[in-house]
Amino acid sequence: MMHYLSYDFVQNALIAGSIAAALGAVVGYFVIIRNIGFAAHALAHIGFTGATGAILFGLSPLQGMLVMSSLAGATMGISGNRFHRSELAIGMVLSISLGLGTLFLSLYQGFAGEATAILFGNIFGVSHAQVIETIFLSALSLFLLALFSRRLLFTSIQPDLAESRGLSLTFLSTAFMIILAISVALVSQVVGTLLVFTLLIGPAGIATRLSHSFWRTILLSLCIGIVSVWSGIFLACLTNQPPSFWITSILFVLYIFTELKIKLFESV
Amino acid sequence: MPLLSFQNVGIRFGSRKVIDHFSAEIEEGEFIGIFGPNGVGKSTLMRAILGLCPIYEGSIQLFGENPGKQNRFIGYLPQSQSLLGTTTLTARALVAAVHHGEKWGVPWLSSKDSYQVERALELSEAKDYADTPFSLLSGGEKKRVMLAQALIDEPKLLILDEPLASLDPKNQMLLVQRIRNIQEETGLTILFIAHDVNPLLGAMSRVMYMAEGNVALGSAQEIITNESLSALYGMNIHVLRAEGRVFIVNAESNVDETTCSHV
Repeated sequence: MMHYLSYDFVQNALIAGSIAAALGAVVGYFVIIRNIGFAAHALAHIGFTGATGAILFGLSPLQGMLVMSSLAGATMGISGNRFHRSELAIGMVLSISLGLGTLFLSLYQGFAGEATAILFGNIFGVSHAQVIETIFLSALSLFLLALFSRRLLFTSIQPDLAESRGLSLTFLSTAFMIILAISVALVSQVVGTLLVFTLLIGPAGIATRLSHSFWRTILLSLCIGIVSVWSGIFLACLTNQPPSFWITSILFVLYIFTELKIKLFESV
Repeated sequence: MPLLSFQNVGIRFGSRKVIDHFSAEIEEGEFIGIFGPNGVGKSTLMRAILGLCPIYEGSIQLFGENPGKQNRFIGYLPQSQSLLGTTTLTARALVAAVHHGEKWGVPWLSSKDSYQVERALELSEAKDYADTPFSLLSGGEKKRVMLAQALIDEPKLLILDEPLASLDPKNQMLLVQRIRNIQEETGLTILFIAHDVNPLLGAMSRVMYMAEGNVALGSAQEIITNESLSALYGMNIHVLRAEGRVFIVNAESNVDETTCSHV
């Protein structure tokens, strides 16, 4: 199995996958405690429109996705809870975004495989330049998240109390939604826009079920995310099945075991 | 210098006047019970004290400064449990998360910070279930954890917005007793919003009663009377006393369980 490590595309996949998994694991924790999973899902689909639009105009899909999802994230953050926790508003924006994405795809006369890669992810197609881009953007996102994390945790669990201490809920919400948008774009490269939840919600969601303190949950989420991506990539190499399938399957099995463990523990 | 002073304060909620020409002073160490019907503006007044709600006339001075300037000295237990209800974090983690939560950086606690977390949990008597996930706690236990959050940064003024809501009478009594004990230990000034006067009768130094844009502040004997409350509401109000309890009823309707709280 170790000989796979000598291939450039496997090395790139492991590096990009690990970074995306780490970012998704940390950002995902805040998505869960802020209860904005649907907004995160919508950002991925809005990003898809950006990616297909970028292909249409001959630009990089990642750049298109970053621009569109960041704009949408900032708008959601500025408009506050009324928007990004409103299922109706998000659902409508999600629908029009996918509609536009479909239009861009139909107008695009090139190779349709690129669109499939955006939807379902193609981690083995990640180039060296994309790896560098992923490292830079992830480092920036994680740095910003570290800077804001104390305030973000406070506003996530006690917004009224945080506001009384002078924190701006709108500013922090906007900053987080932009970080989330960048994370969504990067994670989409690995598992695709349809499966963004896999790395953004899966590891953090399982970790919050198993651990009840901030740092332990973050560490557990990181471990689950990175181990799932590495296992998924190696299983894909061995079986010639898509890595996205293996990553989602591993996380689903982990989730089932977690729930069973909790049920058994509670019934004792 | 009073801890908190209101000079001719007027507050609007949208186009509606919720407080009109209110002047009063609150001294350090007082326990003020704040009452009035739903939607009268009790929480809005508290938000004005915190500097989160503008006043359209007059001034509020807290520790001699305008609202918002000295909020680090205010502990606040909001009415809403917000996202706390679904969190899987333990009570201890939730109290730690709000400790110096306004600072930049990662939520890392020093040994001094950890000591303060334990102290707040002890004060609110929440230590026994500090390692239990918040979502698994009972209503009374959750309120103790939220009280610990309000106490963590050693405030001088504690604002409690309906902490007794949805608690059974026994837990209401225990929580009030605990807050009274904390006040005796720490010398805190307390503003306590409640729906029912009775659980607070032995604890309050003064009563603030709000109705129809008017605010009355004085001792329970002065404020909870037929004359005072009738003047406040602009209608005929009866205060009935039985077995040490107070019932405030609309004199024009029959006394029944539903009218035994607020008109």
